[in-house]
Amino acid sequence: MPRLQPFRDLPPELVEVQLQMEKHAREYGLDFFPTIFEVIDIEQLNAIAAYGGFPTRYPHWRFGMEYAKLSRGYAYGLQKIYEMVINTNPCYAYLLSSNALTDHKLVIAHVLGHSDFFKNNNWFSQTNRNMLDEMANHGNRIRRYMDRFGVDVVEEFVDTCLSIEDLIDIHSPFIQRFDTEEKYDFPGNTENPDDQPTAVGRFRAKSYMDPYVNPPEKLAEAERGREEAAKEAKPFPAEPMRDVMLFLLQHAPLKPWQQDVLSIIRDEAYYFAPQGQTKIMNEGWATFWHSTIMTRHGLEPNDVINYADHCAGTLATSPTRLNPYKIGLELFRHIEDRWNRGCFGEEYEQCDNLAAKQSWNTEAGLGREKIFEVRRIHNDQTFIDEFLTYDFCRQNKIFQFGYNDDSGYYEIESRYFKDVKRQLLANLTNLGRPQISVRDANYKNRNELFLEHRYEGVELKIDHAQATLENIYKLWTRPVSIETTLDDEQCVLSFDGGEHRVSTAKNGGSSESGSSESIVITN
Amino acid sequence: MAMKIDKDVKRFQKIVRGAIRKNLRKYVTQSEMFGRQGKDMVSIPLPALAVPHFHFGNNQGGVGQGEGEEGQPIARGDDEGAGQGAAGGEPGQHIQEVEVTLEELAEILGEELQLPRIEPKGASNISQEKSRYNSIRRVGPESLRHFKRTYIQALRRQISEGVYQPNAPRIIPIKEDRRYRSWTNTPQPQANAVIIYMMDVSGSMSDEQKAIVRTEAFWIDTWLKSQYEGVERRYIIHDALAKEVDEHTFYHTRESGGTRISSAYRLCLKLLETRFPAELWNIYCFHFSDGDNWGEDGNQATELLRDSLLPKCNLFGYGQVESMYGSGEFIHALEAAFGPKHEKLVLSEISDREAILDSIKEFLGKGK
Repeated sequence: MPRLQPFRDLPPELVEVQLQMEKHAREYGLDFFPTIFEVIDIEQLNAIAAYGGFPTRYPHWRFGMEYAKLSRGYAYGLQKIYEMVINTNPCYAYLLSSNALTDHKLVIAHVLGHSDFFKNNNWFSQTNRNMLDEMANHGNRIRRYMDRFGVDVVEEFVDTCLSIEDLIDIHSPFIQRFDTEEKYDFPGNTENPDDQPTAVGRFRAKSYMDPYVNPPEKLAEAERGREEAAKEAKPFPAEPMRDVMLFLLQHAPLKPWQQDVLSIIRDEAYYFAPQGQTKIMNEGWATFWHSTIMTRHGLEPNDVINYADHCAGTLATSPTRLNPYKIGLELFRHIEDRWNRGCFGEEYEQCDNLAAKQSWNTEAGLGREKIFEVRRIHNDQTFIDEFLTYDFCRQNKIFQFGYNDDSGYYEIESRYFKDVKRQLLANLTNLGRPQISVRDANYKNRNELFLEHRYEGVELKIDHAQATLENIYKLWTRPVSIETTLDDEQCVLSFDGGEHRVSTAKNGGSSESGSSESIVITN
Repeated sequence: MAMKIDKDVKRFQKIVRGAIRKNLRKYVTQSEMFGRQGKDMVSIPLPALAVPHFHFGNNQGGVGQGEGEEGQPIARGDDEGAGQGAAGGEPGQHIQEVEVTLEELAEILGEELQLPRIEPKGASNISQEKSRYNSIRRVGPESLRHFKRTYIQALRRQISEGVYQPNAPRIIPIKEDRRYRSWTNTPQPQANAVIIYMMDVSGSMSDEQKAIVRTEAFWIDTWLKSQYEGVERRYIIHDALAKEVDEHTFYHTRESGGTRISSAYRLCLKLLETRFPAELWNIYCFHFSDGDNWGEDGNQATELLRDSLLPKCNLFGYGQVESMYGSGEFIHALEAAFGPKHEKLVLSEISDREAILDSIKEFLGKGK
């Protein structure tokens, strides 16, 4: 087992706390990875947090930036990380040395909740549980490239790759998008002479009769026709490809080391994706269990104030951002309560007597079972879609807000359940990022890359999008365009290595867009 | 203990510095800098630092929790802030501002303008840093290892770990036990440089001119502070009469009436004689005006400068800000009297904001 930093065993009193908490957690049915706790000081914790939990990660300035930010936040008393846990087997978790014993108890219970979630939630099932080693491996590879090709060169390339790190297909680990055979289906695979395309339309003939049986001009004509048909029929990629990173990895003219770096960034993006997909559930689940265990078993009378203070901090609500801890916790409690009282199923749904619904109780007692099932199969999006109810929204005073162009402020727009839910689901779709895919890698028949943004009512931020295009251009080395919608009008942003262009092509994007109005922005 | 992250932090700082250097002219020209100035930090907006992604703009909207009517504003819609809603994943990573110390900023300025380090005059009165080996560190070269302290530390650790056996007292120091001799620098905390700013506040100096002066003064301060342990500043405003004021008044006073530059020089001289004897202080004078002066006063001012002020100063900078009303005569008078390349006197014409950076270079490029 690789040891992180100078590894120190837990002090005996914490070992005892850990054993005690694990015992309680098991009694409630939590099924977690073996979990290794380390006590570290705030600098180390900030450093590890800056590395996204992995002290062995590749060197990059943004980790330094993150660290500086965390340290400053801590120094000013604005924020404090209590705990850090990573999805590996065994599960590693870090405790902050300056925390009081109550906090340690709470954090340990909380971490066990996460650990159980990592192990059992289906969305994590495809993640690499040896990521600690894998990250160290990534670090070594990138460091080696830095030694060999220069820090600046490699770092710049990493920056470029990071620019598209979110252009992945988050569902792909669970779907087979392409036939596996495709790997071996080379276009030049013509070993079997019977499969030769020239055999089509040609009659068998003795060689001296061949020019008469198969007149060359007829053959050539047929051949041309087929070629054209093939060209028409096979766009490339065959269907829009969500995993832009993979596409570039396979088809962009990259050097071997660049391919490797890009694949590293991609692997890490896929590793972290489920955590983004289950933020609300994961934190809600861990909070549910730490509060259950702490309030029923862990708390000594002298801990109560500390504990309450800590909880109040974690569960604070905000008008501008839904607190995943709070919403997740409440929703799990809500589900448990509903299934305990049997508030589900046809009979309940069809009941339109409010009083009856409110005091509904069939003594079903299925709550515990239900929440364990929920933690196994759902992600945030399906979780909200399935379990966010009108009552819940009202009780928790959830509203939907939007941007008011005139005032320049975000304003509360609606408290209608439908609006709230629609907005929330929209924000959770694709991790809250725009859905972008590769549509044509031979755009204008000039080997240009054409991306499309699936517009669903929210525009891209243009300056960032253009900067991103520049980075994709660096990878693809040919002009890059993206089709999107601005001011309710379809348009194409492109970058050809020198200047940016915004063209509003009404006839789609695949034909010449120069005919319509176009604005040229020179860098 | 040195951590791996330190390297990344260094790297980040290097990038920040690079970005600042690249945009230095922009920062110098904008006067917003001192609005962002704390005691010894400046925060600098660096929008280009974050890695760009495709992401949503302002019109995303989100979900929040709490009281409030429909239509009630909840947050300002700038580039940051709300809008992320409950969207999981990391919070927005774009930095808007980074903080750098004034010292660092001065260093960047120095590097970019290739300013020579100042050699303080006279050795005796300058606060020097003395190094003394009188402290202990956890890191250091082996040649400075403090055997006794290391031993004690190891002993202490072994006792607390319970592995120390009194009958077989074997002490094995590990890396964390090592102690090294180290030095501390003891500077004499003495202010030994003074900057005297003089400015013409007669009617012909408009707000734009004053803003230019202020920007220049900020950068001059920043640089000189980085060169001396303590820097005192004094401000003199003048029209036909001169008076000493505080910094705020200096930039915000507006008088009408004529201009008599000699009045400022005389006051400056008085100040130097009474408070800042030349043999103890490094003296920097900067005078900004639009070049207008009363006819015969030019000679008086030149005389004062030649006979009294210049011998006392390390540097006397005259910055002439172009204004709509000023005649711009004075700089020519000075040039005629002292020649364009005087040892201590620097003349600089500042036509507009763009010229500030070059003007700073002229003033400070002498290394005095």
